Amino acid sequence: MAERSFKSEVEKLRLGAGQEFRGEAILAVTKALLQSGVSYVSGYQGAPVSHLVDVLNDASGLLKELGVRFESSANEAAAAASLAASVNYPLRGACTFKATVGTNVASDAIANLASGGVIGGALIIVGEDYGEGASIIQERSHAYAMKSQVWLLDPRPNVASIVESVEKGFQLSEISNTPVMLELRIRACHVYGSFIAKDNVRPSFGGRDALARPERDIGRIALPPTTYVHEQDKIGRRWPAALRFIVENKLNEFFDGDATDIGIVMQGGMYNNTMRALEVLGLADIYGNSRIPLYVLNVTYPLVDSEFVRFCAGKKAILIVEEGQPEFIEQAVNTILRRADIQTRVEGKGMLPMAGEYTGGVLKSGLRQFVEKHRPDLIAPAPDVDARIPKARKTLEGNLEGRPPSFCTGCPERPIFAAMKLVERELGPQHVSCDVGCHLFSILPPFNIGNTMMGYGLGGAAASALSGESGRRPIAVIGDGGFWHNGLASSVGHAVFNKTDSVTIVVDNGYAAATGGQDILSSSAQVESRSTGNPIEKAVRGVGVDWVRTLTRTYDVAKMRDILREALTTTFPGPKVIIAQSECMLNKQRRIKPLARAAVKRGERVVRERFGVDAETCTGDHSCIRLSGCPSLTIAPNPDPLRREPVTRVINSCVGCGLCGEVSHAAVLCPSFYRASIIDNPTGWDRFKARIRDAVIGFLQRRMDRRALASA
Amino acid sequence: MNKPVIDTSASTRVRPITIAVLAMGGEGGGVLADWIIDLAEHGGYLAQTTSVPGVAQRTGATIYYVELFPKAAARGQAPVLALMPVPGDVDIVLASELMEGARAVGRGLVTPDRTTLIASTHRVYSMNERIALTDGRVNSNALLQSCTDAARKLHAFDMAALAEATGSLVSAVLFGALAGAGVLPFPRPAFEATIRRGGVGVESSLKAFAAGFDYAANGGATLPAVKPADAVVESEFVRSLLASFGGKVTATSQPLIVAGVSRVLDYQDKDYARLYLDRLAPVAAIDAARDDAPDDLLSETARQLALGMAYEDTIRVAELKIRASRFEKVREEVGVTDVQLLEIAEFMHPRTQEIAETLPASLGRLILNVGWIRAVTDRLTRSGRVIRTTSLRGFLLLYVVASLKPLRARSLRYIDEQKRLSDWLDIVIAVAPKNYDLAVAVARVRELVKGYGDTHERGRAKFDAIMALVQKLAADPNGARTLDALRKAAGQDENGDALKRDIARYNLA
Repeated sequence: MAERSFKSEVEKLRLGAGQEFRGEAILAVTKALLQSGVSYVSGYQGAPVSHLVDVLNDASGLLKELGVRFESSANEAAAAASLAASVNYPLRGACTFKATVGTNVASDAIANLASGGVIGGALIIVGEDYGEGASIIQERSHAYAMKSQVWLLDPRPNVASIVESVEKGFQLSEISNTPVMLELRIRACHVYGSFIAKDNVRPSFGGRDALARPERDIGRIALPPTTYVHEQDKIGRRWPAALRFIVENKLNEFFDGDATDIGIVMQGGMYNNTMRALEVLGLADIYGNSRIPLYVLNVTYPLVDSEFVRFCAGKKAILIVEEGQPEFIEQAVNTILRRADIQTRVEGKGMLPMAGEYTGGVLKSGLRQFVEKHRPDLIAPAPDVDARIPKARKTLEGNLEGRPPSFCTGCPERPIFAAMKLVERELGPQHVSCDVGCHLFSILPPFNIGNTMMGYGLGGAAASALSGESGRRPIAVIGDGGFWHNGLASSVGHAVFNKTDSVTIVVDNGYAAATGGQDILSSSAQVESRSTGNPIEKAVRGVGVDWVRTLTRTYDVAKMRDILREALTTTFPGPKVIIAQSECMLNKQRRIKPLARAAVKRGERVVRERFGVDAETCTGDHSCIRLSGCPSLTIAPNPDPLRREPVTRVINSCVGCGLCGEVSHAAVLCPSFYRASIIDNPTGWDRFKARIRDAVIGFLQRRMDRRALASA
Repeated sequence: MNKPVIDTSASTRVRPITIAVLAMGGEGGGVLADWIIDLAEHGGYLAQTTSVPGVAQRTGATIYYVELFPKAAARGQAPVLALMPVPGDVDIVLASELMEGARAVGRGLVTPDRTTLIASTHRVYSMNERIALTDGRVNSNALLQSCTDAARKLHAFDMAALAEATGSLVSAVLFGALAGAGVLPFPRPAFEATIRRGGVGVESSLKAFAAGFDYAANGGATLPAVKPADAVVESEFVRSLLASFGGKVTATSQPLIVAGVSRVLDYQDKDYARLYLDRLAPVAAIDAARDDAPDDLLSETARQLALGMAYEDTIRVAELKIRASRFEKVREEVGVTDVQLLEIAEFMHPRTQEIAETLPASLGRLILNVGWIRAVTDRLTRSGRVIRTTSLRGFLLLYVVASLKPLRARSLRYIDEQKRLSDWLDIVIAVAPKNYDLAVAVARVRELVKGYGDTHERGRAKFDAIMALVQKLAADPNGARTLDALRKAAGQDENGDALKRDIARYNLA
């Protein structure tokens, strides 16, 4: 089960013609797919497109009614490969994943798909995770579109335009026999808005029809000599067909303005923020009417030469608003204008930054620079900065701390790294190869563990070149998500075959946790439409690992430490694999909290545990926090007038995972931690025991107090 | 060309209301943004929101951005709403915590010409603040000051306390504060209707909303009240002791001496309290001779001497754990109600070292120094113990350990500690006439010795390393500053790497 249920979202997918859909854009895209008559959808979760995958996972009833197959793919390559169904058959299909990490993994399948081309519309929906809040490398999907000749849509970031681009994308794909990539930036995916829905369309041609009458066309398979034919076909036929469709259907938009001697060209996705920057500068109104003519590229690849030639006629300069690098569009426009012998000056990365997100502030200053240079009459000089602003910022110097994401309260991954810290104290620092997943937070304080991260499921592979020598061996950390994504072959199988002397820790928390808690092969949850409960240990042994240890409770820090020490010091040859199991606490709490609340209401005996720290014995050294970093383990002013350092304090969000106690035992910390068990609806026996012990303890406590009083 | 009419004049054009919400993952920032959308849509406004949740859900800082635009002004042409704030163009910033409010200032989202900043003043400490070996907290006053300077209007108060008092979340208090600040064109009942439509935790949310509303309507900016340090009850005996204490006591040193002598008395007995004051007397005499100068040396020594004399041993820990007052504190902290039962379990890990130190010196030395005995006790104490203080067995075990108090003065640790304290105090007193500031610094170095087990041993080693340098610094006019710098360096990392580096840097190695 994913982090939460999406039943209410599924209801929105059932809206019919004329009804207003209100919600997030990525959900609107999901609705648009059903309206476009898709036969199948596949996807691999990841921000910002997880929602599409999650909602379709919960929509099995609706999908069955419509005859649509949805696959939760093993990885992005598998998701893209599923589009093969549109190669020979008039089936519309879509896949989705996070970009560019997903496009990287999927590129093999995308290249083969694009080479042979498609008959049915094939849409690749990528969530472009770029700019603030991105969790991945900063690259562009644009490069993938260019290298494989896949058309790239970058619609204006409002829900109606995005929905429109889905339908147009399918048509473009079919008319040009080319897969189409729909690029949605992170904020666009999460934008809340509305559009008028259409009825869902049941595909007229389904997978069953394809299986009944299989078609084979060797000309569509990428193997020489057809690959040479494919390349010619892309350039000679598919490309011109695409251009014709783009122009005839006005996919790109022109907006007039009275300053006809200059113009602004932008990616569709840049439209709203660019318009706001123009509005703030007094060059446009809030309704999108601009004084400067605009050319909005809802299709950023291929570019339409004739449209550029038309837009630049009579203009001394244009500004290209193109986020990310390299500046593919700006380079192309220079070529287009040069070839057409047009002298319009092309401004772009000279005024806007080459790298980094185009935020409101960045756009505002770049646009100002452009207008001040080419039409200074249009714009008032920049106002002076209010002196209070720099003063306020100066006051903040040294007082503002970063707040990157970290392990959640009670996270079962934290004790693994606490154990690694303890082993580090005994055996010295280790080389640790990390992987994608929540566990990558280990590279940050307080753990500061991890040397490299080479990609999803590649933790083990990235450690292999350092195969053990002179009694030292590398450690690889890989999550269950990464393990099933790619890790079983690339990290584990690889190490078996190459007899790599390494230690691989597989963090088995029961979900693809970092992407929102989706189920995977080894999840313990029972899901009707999926096969779960396939143990990682079985898979690891199956590919030939003989040294495997499974720890079923990661919170047992001492045991984790001992197993890790054994793995690092044993003379056993080849890869050593430790499977560290405990359920993701975020998902566990979502599962059990409502159950516990209901049980208390029903009058059942429920025990809730949480930890605490005695301020009187806490000496303010915070070594417990350095071995944990739990958000519930924080600091508070010292109540002791003789002490200055803040004491450690456990706040009420503590879920009683037990790590604090285990760490204080394993690391021999101070005796300040206590565990409080709070019993709701105690039984008669509970109350009887409590009465007896309270009587005895109370008597002794009063005696102590009397003695203390007497001696004071 | 058909030219559109573009109204860019500041006075007549209609502009959206721009709102940024800064929160941390899991704090309900998303719920708050959804409430604002619902409120606006029911109030005749178009609304758009975006966010960058992603991995930031996992406790990281995140921003939700909302724009509202009056439907009536849409003139058949939809407004183009932005997906992120333009610095200098934000009307309202809501921050769930003080540093997040300050972060909005740092990002330029809060400007004096237009921004109403509504922020909770409680602190959720960052990782670096929490993991410091000493005190890594940033300056809350600076954070609040920057908010005050940058905002057109600031509504800042402790919303976490209000949320806790009403059994709700900070987001509900913020929503109330947003209504109370009167910056949105919607009446209070419209806000409350939104909460009701949400249908989750309605009653507690409404209570939190009302609390936030009232605070914001009154305006102002206040930091959370700092709970005063535990007051020290001055017993009759302590008063009589102090009356006979020679030397000059000021308003600075007096409360520390009272706390110190009370601590030592509570720790052992009246004789031990007298010993404390006897040891302090020569220091007091030094300060008394300095006329009207502040008595820093007495204050610092009073503090450190008390902490040093009341070192934590197994007896002390056992005694503190079983007191009635401690049980009460735990009940309060974990919020146990009268109909619930509470059980407390302690996590202790006494090792051979700690056990031997508590025993009479001869016996303690035997355990530590005879190979096979030590091996046996090491084996027995290898893993930590969970002691249920609320069970009879656990309570009685700790009660027995606590009752060893009268034997403490004969213990190995006691003898060792007194010797070390005397040595330290002798140096403080010896240095003071020549270099008063250095003496104060030497007194303060004692704070490095704290904690238990490894922490204690590491602190002790750092303390010894610095104390060994005092002779070299005695004649140095900058000696005090150097010693303070070394003490701070010792607090930078566990292994003392920074200290070693600085000792080398000052050519003291």
